[in-house]
Amino acid sequence: MPGFVSTVRHIVRKDCTVEFRSREIAYTTIFFAVSCVLTFAFALVREGRAPEGAGEGILWATVTFAGTLALGRTFERERQAETLRALLLAPVPRSAVYVGKLVGIVTLLFGMELLLVPLISLLFGAPLLRHPIWLAATLLSGTVGFAAVGTLFAAMLVRARSRDVLLPVLLYPAVVPVLIAGVRGTSSLTAPEFDWLIARFWLALLFAFDIVFVTLALWTFEPVMSD
Amino acid sequence: MPKWFMPLAALCGAMFAASPFLIANAPYESTMGLVQKVFYYHMPSAWMFLLSALVCGVASARYLATGVVRHDHTAQAAAELTVLFGLLTLVSGPLWARRAWGTWWVWDPRLTSSLVAWMMSCAYLILRRYGGPGSERLAAGVALFGMANVPFIYISVNYWRTIHPATSVVPTLPVSMGLPLWFCVAAFLVLFVLLMTMRVRLEAGRSRLDALHLALDE
Repeated sequence: MPGFVSTVRHIVRKDCTVEFRSREIAYTTIFFAVSCVLTFAFALVREGRAPEGAGEGILWATVTFAGTLALGRTFERERQAETLRALLLAPVPRSAVYVGKLVGIVTLLFGMELLLVPLISLLFGAPLLRHPIWLAATLLSGTVGFAAVGTLFAAMLVRARSRDVLLPVLLYPAVVPVLIAGVRGTSSLTAPEFDWLIARFWLALLFAFDIVFVTLALWTFEPVMSD
Repeated sequence: MPKWFMPLAALCGAMFAASPFLIANAPYESTMGLVQKVFYYHMPSAWMFLLSALVCGVASARYLATGVVRHDHTAQAAAELTVLFGLLTLVSGPLWARRAWGTWWVWDPRLTSSLVAWMMSCAYLILRRYGGPGSERLAAGVALFGMANVPFIYISVNYWRTIHPATSVVPTLPVSMGLPLWFCVAAFLVLFVLLMTMRVRLEAGRSRLDALHLALDE
C-alpha cells in the first residue's frame, strides 16, 4: 500500500496532468474571476475612484465566487469520469485522497490570486502590493482555510441532488470567518501606517482556522465518503 | 410519549405564564429602562441556541463514528431547535440593541458569529431536505463545522473589543434581576427538553414507517 505522501503526490500529479491537457478549469475559473472583478469595477468605480477599502473586499469575494466554481467543476469532472469512485476504491488512505485534492485546488486558486492582485490594484487603486510577503502569506493561509472546507463539501456533494446549488449554500456560511479574517488582514496591509502586530494577529487567526478546518475535514472525509 | 412528558409540559406552560410577572417585578435598569427586559428572554434563547448547536454537532460526530441512526435523529431535532432558538435570539437582540446601542445591527464578532451559526443550521436543514438519499451523512459533516463555531461565539465578547455585553455580566447581576433571569433560563431549558423529546420521537417514528414501506415494497 503506497504511503500517505506518495499518494498525495500521485493525486496532485494526476490532477495537474489532466488540467494541463485540457486547461478547462484554469481557463474558466480565471475568466470568471476577471469577469467578477470587472463587474465590481463597473458597479463601484465612479470617476476613476473606488470606495475606500473596496479592493480588499473584492479580492476575497472574487476568490470565493471563482473558488466555488473551480470546486464544483473539479468534482463534476471526477464524477463524470467515475474517477472519484476509483480513487476511493484504491487501497490508499482516504485522508491522502482529500489532501491531494486540497493541494491541487489551493495551487489553482493561489495561481489565480497572483493574477487578480495586480488587476484589482490597477482597477481599484488599492495598494495591495505594498507588503508582498505578508500579502502572499495572508492569501495562502486564507485560501487553505477556504479550500479545506470547500474540498470536503464539494467531494461529499458529488452524489447529492441539487449539488450545484447546495455547494454555495453550505460553503459560504462555513467560510465566513476565513473571509472576515482575510479581508481584515489584507486591509491591515494596505493601511497608510502598517502595524505588523495587527497583520500578525489576522494571519495567526487564519492559521488557527486552517488548523481547525483541515483537522475537522480530515476526520470527516472518511465517514462521509464511505457509502 | 414518556410518562414525565405531560407533567413537564404543564410545568413549562406554568413557567412561561409566570415569567412575565417576574420580569415585570424586576427593577428597571438605569440606562436602558423598559427595553432591557428583553434580556430575560434574549439570553436564555441564546443559551438554548448554543446548546442546540452543540448537541447537533456531538450527535452528528457520534452518528459518523458509529452509524447509529438514533444519533442522526437527535442531530436533526437539535438542528431544527438551533434554527428556532437562533431566530428568537437574532430577533430579540436587535430590539434591545436599537435602544441600547442606537442601531439595530452591528457587524460585531458576537453578532456575526451567531448569524453564521444560524445560517449553518439552515444550510444543514436545506441539505437534508434537498440533498437526496444519503444526505444525512453529508449533513452530519456540515454540523461539525457548525459546532466548531460555538466556542468562538461564546468567547468572542471576551477576546475582542465589542459593544455586546461580556459573559461576566450574568454573575454580577443583583438577586432581584438574577432570579427572574435564572427562572427564564430554566423555563427555556424545559422547553428545549420537551421539543427535543417530541422531535426525536417523531423522527424515530418516521424512520420506522419508512422501513415498513421499504419492507412492503420488497
